[in-house]
Amino acid sequence: MTVRINQLDPVGVRTDLEARRDILPVADARCFHCGQPCAREAFAAHDHSFCCLGCQTVHALLTENGLAQYYQLGETPGKTIGGRAGHKRWGYLDDAALQAKLLDFANERQARITLHLPQIHCVACVWLLENLFRLHPGIGRSTVDFGRREAAITFAPAEIKLSELVALLTSIGYEPALSFGELDRPQAASPLKRQQLQLGIAGFCFGNIMLLAIPGYLGLDSFSGPMFRTVFGWLSLAMALPSLGYSAADYWRTAWLSLGQRVVTLDIPIALGLAAIYGQSVYDILWRHGEGYLDSLTGLIFFLLCGRLFQQKTHQRLAFDRDYKGFFPLSVVRRTTDGEETVAISRLEVGDRLILRGGELLPADATLVAGTACLDYSFVTGESEPVTCEPGTHLYAGGRQTGGLVEVVTVKPVSQSYLTSLWSNEIFRKDSGASLDTITNRYSRRFTWVVLSVALAAGAIWLVVNPAIAVKAFVSVLIVACPCALALAAPLTLGTAQRVFGRAHIFLKHALVLERLAEVDTIVLDKTGTLTGHDARGVSFTGVPLDAADKELVLAIARHSVHPHSRRLVQALATGATTSMVTAFCETHGCGLTGVADGRQVRLGSLAWLARCDVKIPTGVVPTANSVGVAFDGCFRGSFQLTSPLRPEVEALVRHLGDRYQLALLSGDNAREEARFRTLFGERATLRFNQSPLDKLGFVRDLQQAGRKVMMVGDGLNDAGALKQSDVGVAVVEQVGAFSPASDVILDAAQLPQLARMLEFSRLAVRIIRAGFILSGLYNLVGIGIAATGLLSPIVCAVLMPLSSVSVVLFACGATRWAAHRTGLTAAVPNPEPATP
Amino acid sequence: MNIILFLMLASLVVAALFLGGFIWAVRAGQFEDTGTPPLRILAEDDSAPATKTPFPVTNQEN
Repeated sequence: MTVRINQLDPVGVRTDLEARRDILPVADARCFHCGQPCAREAFAAHDHSFCCLGCQTVHALLTENGLAQYYQLGETPGKTIGGRAGHKRWGYLDDAALQAKLLDFANERQARITLHLPQIHCVACVWLLENLFRLHPGIGRSTVDFGRREAAITFAPAEIKLSELVALLTSIGYEPALSFGELDRPQAASPLKRQQLQLGIAGFCFGNIMLLAIPGYLGLDSFSGPMFRTVFGWLSLAMALPSLGYSAADYWRTAWLSLGQRVVTLDIPIALGLAAIYGQSVYDILWRHGEGYLDSLTGLIFFLLCGRLFQQKTHQRLAFDRDYKGFFPLSVVRRTTDGEETVAISRLEVGDRLILRGGELLPADATLVAGTACLDYSFVTGESEPVTCEPGTHLYAGGRQTGGLVEVVTVKPVSQSYLTSLWSNEIFRKDSGASLDTITNRYSRRFTWVVLSVALAAGAIWLVVNPAIAVKAFVSVLIVACPCALALAAPLTLGTAQRVFGRAHIFLKHALVLERLAEVDTIVLDKTGTLTGHDARGVSFTGVPLDAADKELVLAIARHSVHPHSRRLVQALATGATTSMVTAFCETHGCGLTGVADGRQVRLGSLAWLARCDVKIPTGVVPTANSVGVAFDGCFRGSFQLTSPLRPEVEALVRHLGDRYQLALLSGDNAREEARFRTLFGERATLRFNQSPLDKLGFVRDLQQAGRKVMMVGDGLNDAGALKQSDVGVAVVEQVGAFSPASDVILDAAQLPQLARMLEFSRLAVRIIRAGFILSGLYNLVGIGIAATGLLSPIVCAVLMPLSSVSVVLFACGATRWAAHRTGLTAAVPNPEPATP
Repeated sequence: MNIILFLMLASLVVAALFLGGFIWAVRAGQFEDTGTPPLRILAEDDSAPATKTPFPVTNQEN
């Protein structure tokens, strides 16, 4: 059985205030769909209670279509639907130009799209989304990638339009994250497949050549004659070719590239060694001088590839390079002569009249024409107070409307707005990527010269003493010096360290960031959102104390507003279910809320507004921007003070970091809290307030020009320039996987106290890499010693090479784990949602 | 002695078959996502009819 989309078009779902309710007097009931506490009059159906009409509708839809198993796979597996989804319109998705960019492929009969669904969180989600075809005949196969929170859905465009598909997904609680940035998402195939193939083939060649080489070492010739030796030799030569040609292809290419750029990297001695080993083996086997070194050669390639794959575990689901496009929505509502239409942002033109609802983001600089806007610029400027604007005001892109509906006229194209101008700064054009100046490359530069001179010297000396073995000595040095162990030391240490970080919810863009972390000597911190967080601790009440029933009334009213102050109040007061019944509600934007709950009139808002509403404010109550007055039935009761408290343990962290690093604090906020931070940071630190995004970028650049290695810790778009400019940019996020600006490190906000440990661990890890280099250097010294005398035999080579590699591997992994233990870098407490690897 | 040569060739052929299997598996994307299949197996539904596709799905990705 199937359900037509239009029956549950989200437009048709009314808010829970308007909807008719089936009264079910159950106390402490939890929603069967999402697990939220149900209000006193819960929605009920099929012996289950629901918190809202949305959840009830989804349950009915799933049950009717034979998908009830969803509720057996997980307890309350859904996400609250509520009545919020009301105004989302997806019509713009049927635009052909937009679809060409969004769809993976399309023809007349079918199309496929990969959607990012951040709500995927459990087994039941995977099951439901892979059974989507039962909900609509136009949907074919759907495959979920849990790690990336993505679903690839095949559908027949003739039967279900893309907009209807997205509406269906939204109606069952999986609203796709469609942002402007999705449009130019690179579709390149991942290099992972190729690397896996290279490793598999290298392993195949290594294993089989090893098997053929063992009889030689055991003295096969004594009873079988030279026949096998010839056959085995030819077979080995043939089997080494795919390993050398395909698996090691990247080493040839990078060695060639670095030769062209006249930079000495570790790939040059590796390529030289590989060529020398194969050349010597061809000579030995064809002219019957010996067995060759093909087992060592293929083993070496195999180990090198293992190390590379180990290091390259990147957190693919995290995006480290997002710019403003990831922040902007895909569409806005435009007013036309005959009504409203939803348009894709890419089609927006100067002079368009846009309708902005509460919670929506302004995508381009614009002038306000109707309504009172209350814009929250915190993500752009760091200023946490929303700004109230009257018609005629110039509004900047990136502000989030927190009040009601307003109309604006755009004055600049999306790409030239104030917010996006930051991205035209040159810093965003160059790709700082992996710099060549890594520890490995510094060491390998010296190493390569030493090896080449030793090989030449050995060849020259033997040329004088005994010309017969001069070439063999020269080649032997190159073979033995092939820096397998050296090439493994760094990737394994860095790879293990990255894993340790990952478990602590600290995610590095790539392993080389660790080296830069170890060199940091200056730390620049952002204030809003980074050091301070929004939680219940920052809310205090002055006035006649509120009892439980009063608090419930305030909560019931505040819940209906999306203003940041209301949301803070809800967070602070929410103790479970609200049972108060709101019968009237009105929001005066930028001023306050009026509502009637349980028969009592409640007003929440600024003191000035309360006074205008004939509420008598007692003398002595000082109005501030951060206070919310409360009045019951026209009588002033008191006011809430909202402050942004420091995150837990931040004070200890700042003191700890101050001992070792030069600290600086940058804030887009005004200087009202300067004294508080001066005592915390001490006299030496630089504190700057009222900083624009470009000021922050400039501050970091000035520090760098003074020769300092700067780590920038920030959270919002306002820090994006500084994060990119700094040597290490650390983005602090409330929710891993949610939006974060371009950065090198993504840090779970709850893990901020681990920052000091993270730095200490990085320093230890770099020391471990150095120790690994010394260890492998010692092996090379022994090997080169033997080789220079011209006595290197295949069996010595076959023992020495794996021995050095294995001991370096064990040392690197063991020592890194020990370092993690010593610094106390602990695994993060697992989230209720498996948001991280 | 010839039997050793024969056995050796046979073993190489078997090994090559396995290599072929591995290459096929990588190409088919079996190593792309190693996180979801362990979850999918938990939700295996015995009573439900086998996954049917309402319209013919052909693989047109490559």
